[in-house]
Amino acid sequence: MSEVYSILREPLIGGNKTYNDVTNDVCSPLERKPTIAWWFAFTISFTMLIAGVISVTYLLTTGIGTWGLNNTIGWAFDITNFVFWIGIGHAGTLISAILFLFRQKWRTSVNRSAEAMTIFAVICAGIFPIIHMGRPWLAFFVIPYPNERGPLWVNFRSPLVWDMFAISTYFTISFVFWYVGLIPDLATIRDRAQSHFKRKIFGFLSFGWNGSNRTWSHYEKIYLLLAGLATPLVVSVHTIVSWDFATSVIPGWHTTIFPPYFVAGAVFSGFAMVLTLMLIVRKVLRFEEYITLHHVESMCKIIIATGGIVSMAYGTEYFIALYSGNEYEKFTFINRALGPYSWSYWIMVSCNVISPQLFWFRKIRRNVALVFLISIFINIGMWFERFVIITTSLTRDYLPASWDSYSPTSIEIATLVGSFGLFLTLFLLFARFLPMIAIGEVKGVLSYGRKNNGEHL
Amino acid sequence: MSRRLLVTVFEDELDIVNATRTARENRYNIVDVYTPFAVHGLDEAMGLKPSKLGWVCFALGLAGAVAKLWFQIWTSSQSWPVNVGGKPLSSVPAFVPVTFEIMVLFAGVGTVITFFALRKLFPGKKPHIVYEGATNNRFILVLEQSDAAFDLRNVRTMFEPFNLVAMEERIDKEKK
Repeated sequence: MSEVYSILREPLIGGNKTYNDVTNDVCSPLERKPTIAWWFAFTISFTMLIAGVISVTYLLTTGIGTWGLNNTIGWAFDITNFVFWIGIGHAGTLISAILFLFRQKWRTSVNRSAEAMTIFAVICAGIFPIIHMGRPWLAFFVIPYPNERGPLWVNFRSPLVWDMFAISTYFTISFVFWYVGLIPDLATIRDRAQSHFKRKIFGFLSFGWNGSNRTWSHYEKIYLLLAGLATPLVVSVHTIVSWDFATSVIPGWHTTIFPPYFVAGAVFSGFAMVLTLMLIVRKVLRFEEYITLHHVESMCKIIIATGGIVSMAYGTEYFIALYSGNEYEKFTFINRALGPYSWSYWIMVSCNVISPQLFWFRKIRRNVALVFLISIFINIGMWFERFVIITTSLTRDYLPASWDSYSPTSIEIATLVGSFGLFLTLFLLFARFLPMIAIGEVKGVLSYGRKNNGEHL
Repeated sequence: MSRRLLVTVFEDELDIVNATRTARENRYNIVDVYTPFAVHGLDEAMGLKPSKLGWVCFALGLAGAVAKLWFQIWTSSQSWPVNVGGKPLSSVPAFVPVTFEIMVLFAGVGTVITFFALRKLFPGKKPHIVYEGATNNRFILVLEQSDAAFDLRNVRTMFEPFNLVAMEERIDKEKK
């Protein structure tokens, strides 16, 4: 085939693929038997999940006393994990919605799995506040429903109620967005399925999609609308999560910088997680031509930007605390950097402020092994950020007599491990049964930087 | 009523857009175009009006927001007023976050349901695939053979520059 290459832009998808190649490449991992690597990863993740199930079962049958919480430190590990997981989800929405609105065409190779990651991360996050209730069978009390206790309603002035609405809306909208995006691809799988059983399942799931342009026309519109709705939604979700802290009067929490600081941190940690997962996926499923170094580089650049915002926020809150003249604020921040939990503070600073600076170098951005390593560091750093904020502010509050220390029990650690197990198990099942790359959307950008037919569409 | 249809098949997004535009310019009756992905410029080539779902979304969002704001004011100040920290019973600024979330929820989910209803898509619906590859790599333009003057040779000549892959005549038994 004679192709004219554009000298202006690198093609988004390598390998000079045809439409049929794209379908084959994305669908073939679903059609062959799972590899040894998949079984290996699945066994480990599932074992981690079992550890989590056991620890949560023990917690529910025994009580919150199995955690290391005490009178002074009422929130620690569980809320750290909750905020961590919610943050992870935000990159998925950023890729699928915000980059869509900004017409960033490279998003098409990663949006599907990033959206799936969002959904799984929100599921993991949702578990923590529910088990922290101690009596999760009464969790439905947070929903305002007509009841025989008055009716007594929930307190709509409470950030925790806002949070419940934010997280459940976020989950629902993310799921709908993901599923709507999936329907055309489910139809593609249905139409090439060999077995009757598979055709039935995907036939059921694909809503009778036939590629009619009258449908596509509305489809494009709702995709745009959902992106437009998801964009402020994702900002609102982590803003509300930050209000859980900011509306309290605890030194170190009671600051107005929290909403933008948390949103940037969430996107920062989420992109690190997207990189961690995508670098494995592109290697294991041989998607190097779809998730190219250009994609990796673009994500690294977003990490520099959001990491910069996070670093700026660290600096600002520190400065304001010292400058405020409020001795409790001042003490809390000095205690963070030099107190008993200073090790966690410095892990946070070195992982979140220093390590992303390496991405300024193009050589490093294009070195897959190094990017993977740094993404792991950022994941760790962002987990510690939440730990630092939550624990150090609580360990030493206004009254020295009530100061206490906190260390997680084995049950809490097993629960965290279990949440990773749940996340990875869901992700591996997704990789096994659904297309990891948005087939339809990738086909739409196939000609980008490649053909020069003399006509611009 | 049955219709005589002509199914024409193309291989590329540029070809389908140009073929559709040409067919419309020559006053052929376009039944539908089937593509494996959303092809930009095709709506205009087909002469489709822009989707009005934006208005549905707006109305649903507004309805959700108003309903939720009313509900919060009603529960907090009418149904069972509880004094929390001496704040006003109807503390509207505190009701903004939940109002926003419900607005997004109603607008998002409602619009998607409207879309499914409008296009009659539902789980388990039997797909009507016009031509093999419609969801993979074929771009299909379906024309209606509306009058006796309809000549296949003319169509073939018209689509010559657009790399026509296949052409089939069908009788549409579906009642429309």
